Amino acid sequence: MSLEVCFAGRVGEFDLDVAFRAPGGITALFGPSGAGKTLTLRCVAGLDSPATGRISIGDSVLFDRKAEIDLPPRERGLGYVFQHHALFPHLDVEGNIGFGLRGMPRSDRMARVAELIDLVGLGGFEGRRPSDLSGGERQRVALARALAPEPSLLLLDEPFSGLDDEIRWRLLDELLQLHRRTGVAMLLVTHDVEEVRRLAHWLVRLRKGRVVDEGLAAELIPGRAPAAERTSRSDGDR
Amino acid sequence: MASLATLLALVTGVPLAWLLARRAFPGKDLLSVLVLLPMVLPPTVLGYYLLVVVGRQGLVGRLWEMAGLGRIVFTPTAAVLAAFVAALPFVIRAAQGGFEQVDRTYEEAARTLGWGEVGIFLAVTVPLAWRGILAGLALGFARAVGEFGATLMVAGNIPGRTRTASTAIYDAVQGGRLAEAHLLALLLSIMAGGVLLFIGRIGRGSRW
Repeated sequence: MSLEVCFAGRVGEFDLDVAFRAPGGITALFGPSGAGKTLTLRCVAGLDSPATGRISIGDSVLFDRKAEIDLPPRERGLGYVFQHHALFPHLDVEGNIGFGLRGMPRSDRMARVAELIDLVGLGGFEGRRPSDLSGGERQRVALARALAPEPSLLLLDEPFSGLDDEIRWRLLDELLQLHRRTGVAMLLVTHDVEEVRRLAHWLVRLRKGRVVDEGLAAELIPGRAPAAERTSRSDGDR
Repeated sequence: MASLATLLALVTGVPLAWLLARRAFPGKDLLSVLVLLPMVLPPTVLGYYLLVVVGRQGLVGRLWEMAGLGRIVFTPTAAVLAAFVAALPFVIRAAQGGFEQVDRTYEEAARTLGWGEVGIFLAVTVPLAWRGILAGLALGFARAVGEFGATLMVAGNIPGRTRTASTAIYDAVQGGRLAEAHLLALLLSIMAGGVLLFIGRIGRGSRW
């Protein structure tokens, strides 16, 4: 399923004019700080609204100014991993992961939460509060929470910033494995070329609120690390 | 009476505090001045305004009587009303501060997880702002117990009906019953000290 984004206008203090697609797999939204990457991601999620344009995934239209469609975030069916995770401090790991599963019968919800805890390897941490977790553990909870409602696309805003290198490379690898196991498409905001090299299949380069380059990551960024080579692009499409 | 007034202040004050903390709307500045005004107005002025509104010639007072509920002034209802108006600004101020400290990203995260605004308010915002709300309730309660001037004007000081601890002290001193005044004053002081101790503890406790 392919995400197609095309919008323009002032969002808050920022002037955006972007058009790109994310064909599935892992797409990196790459650029220096101040390029409008996070804002673009927020517009895709519905947390901000651009003045004009259209955003669609496959056949479903999330936003179309002309047709007066602007789905609220809760109806877009997307997962969002925030830069500092934004885990609910008053809920434990289970409560956080199950937060998006409201409306599911309790037994199904608990089964799904257990499945996700298993997926991200957090067995034994069910009752911990976010304040008692390490940076890496928090990140895994944030991923599991966003994946719980089975989003059609996972949006990640600089998920590896503020982590030291050793943990960062490990988490990067984990994310890649998660991608392979769930097959969920990802749109990843990053300013780090190494992250693009290791993770991305498709690359969208952003500068000053404009798309300057778009294409296969392997062709735009030479010298890709073997980690990314191991996944073929097709296993992210669904 | 003070408990009832505090409860009323909770039910009206917390949503108002959220509005003031989170939404932009026309007349916001005016509203925030209005709700805080009872904090700085002389209690007699407050009592006078209440009389104008709920008195037998006042709009609310007349509607109340037409509805067959009798008069408001010089009843326990009036005492609760005076205490409520006095407590409200304290609840609103503290709760507003509590809400403003809640990082909006938590609310955004809930939005991306399929939640609507009312659910987010109850499941995310209020639990994260509870310190401020609780502190406001404690202060509001203390203020409600201590309310004197406005109470005297709209509710009077009728033994067994509208006499509050504060008006009873005044009455006891006027009547030369100093032992009674001593005792009541001591009780109120202990309560006020307890409230401050309580607020201090919420401020210091573990974060959640």
